[in-house]
Amino acid sequence: MPRLKDEPLSTPVVTPSARPMSENPTGDWRSVAPRIDAEKCTGCLLCWKFCPEACVDVAGEVPRIDLHYCKGCGVCATECPAHCVHMSEEAAS
Amino acid sequence: MKKVLMGNHAATLGAALARVQVVAAYPITPATQIVELIAEMSAKGTFPGKFLRVESEHSAMAALLGAATAGARTFTATSSQGLAYMHELLHWVSGARLPVVMVDVNRALAAPWNLWTDQTDSLSQRDTGWLQFYCATNQEVLDTVLMAYKVSENLLLPSMVMLDGFTLSHVYEPVDVPDQKAVDAFLPPFKPAAFLDVKNPGAFGSLETPKPYFRLRRRIAVDMDRAEALVEQVGADFERSFGRGYGAVESYRSQDADVSLVCSGAVGSTAKQAVDELRAEGHAAGLLRFRLFRPFPAAALKRLTRPDMKLAVVDRNYSPGHQGIFCEEIKASLYATERRPEVYGFVAGLGGGDITVELLKEIWHEVKAGTADPVSPLWMEEAR
Repeated sequence: MPRLKDEPLSTPVVTPSARPMSENPTGDWRSVAPRIDAEKCTGCLLCWKFCPEACVDVAGEVPRIDLHYCKGCGVCATECPAHCVHMSEEAAS
Repeated sequence: MKKVLMGNHAATLGAALARVQVVAAYPITPATQIVELIAEMSAKGTFPGKFLRVESEHSAMAALLGAATAGARTFTATSSQGLAYMHELLHWVSGARLPVVMVDVNRALAAPWNLWTDQTDSLSQRDTGWLQFYCATNQEVLDTVLMAYKVSENLLLPSMVMLDGFTLSHVYEPVDVPDQKAVDAFLPPFKPAAFLDVKNPGAFGSLETPKPYFRLRRRIAVDMDRAEALVEQVGADFERSFGRGYGAVESYRSQDADVSLVCSGAVGSTAKQAVDELRAEGHAAGLLRFRLFRPFPAAALKRLTRPDMKLAVVDRNYSPGHQGIFCEEIKASLYATERRPEVYGFVAGLGGGDITVELLKEIWHEVKAGTADPVSPLWMEEAR
């Protein structure tokens, strides 16, 4: 079996990946999905602040959760003071 | 300029002189005045970098992982349980090849709860891929922080700089604080070839398959292998700039010694007095003080020992089920030498017990008289 040959010292020691996150959607890890009740939302933005995936978009009046990346952790539902985020099971795909 | 400084503050001034850009630290116990002074300087606007107060040591190292990935010069300080809590992130930082420099105040790990000095905290981090330096004086703490940046940024590997809890950390000594201009000339700004840049997006630390992972680990091995010589070279450069020279291992009156004490940290200072007294009593005593532990300075050890020199290794640390950690490493690194010195291990001062001149002389005499054990360490307790 070959012995590992030393590479020249100039060889990079870190290998950054240029693969963008658009090619790495993590939403299919999810088993339950959040749904925001627009009627009850007060626009407090706590869901945006707490989301560990940073996948809550607050450009509009009511936050929009990007389900391509939401892993279904439910932090938004737990933190929402107006109780307007509901988690519901999704069918297996 | 000469100042009277405690070891903790010498570490802080070292970081400030290195123009550290980001410090992240957990601000309560077991943190020390190292971080307290950074917070105070930061509030007054006299610290060069940004100070982040985080909720744990784990988070502190995670924050530095991010800052260093973005190309910043980074610093933190911790101790005992805090260092243990950082463990996972220590691997992340070295694997990502980030030259973070951290000061660890060597203090005992619980249980039972104990505040005092002991090296088992840092030596438990032996295999995390960090360089490890052990200091004997407050001057050496400040100087080693500066040298550690120079070494780390060349190797792209992180460094841990150790000082003894209380016996250095809270003890005041005269320290020559170098001029900022001289430090700037010695330590230019950190300019990594690859860093996280929003203008040139890339993902760092993402999944690697076995083959590239194995090769990246081999790159760490290659760089660690050249680190000992680099530490010697940077120590010599430092002497040219500041008049104080440092090597990987300090040899004191050991050239013709028949038994040499082997110590690290502040015990290395006490041991010089023990050697002087033994010499005055007509004994051929010497001292080898390990400044570097990772990479293990095998070349210096071979250069500074002879087959007819016996070594009395004093460990303020212990690997349960084996031996004192310096002792086992010294034995292992001498194994390939055909004619090698006899090595005897002593465990002393765990949890901050005093390692006095008298105790060190007694240890020296145990080896000289042939009453020490070449296999198991003798546990030596100070008589008082």
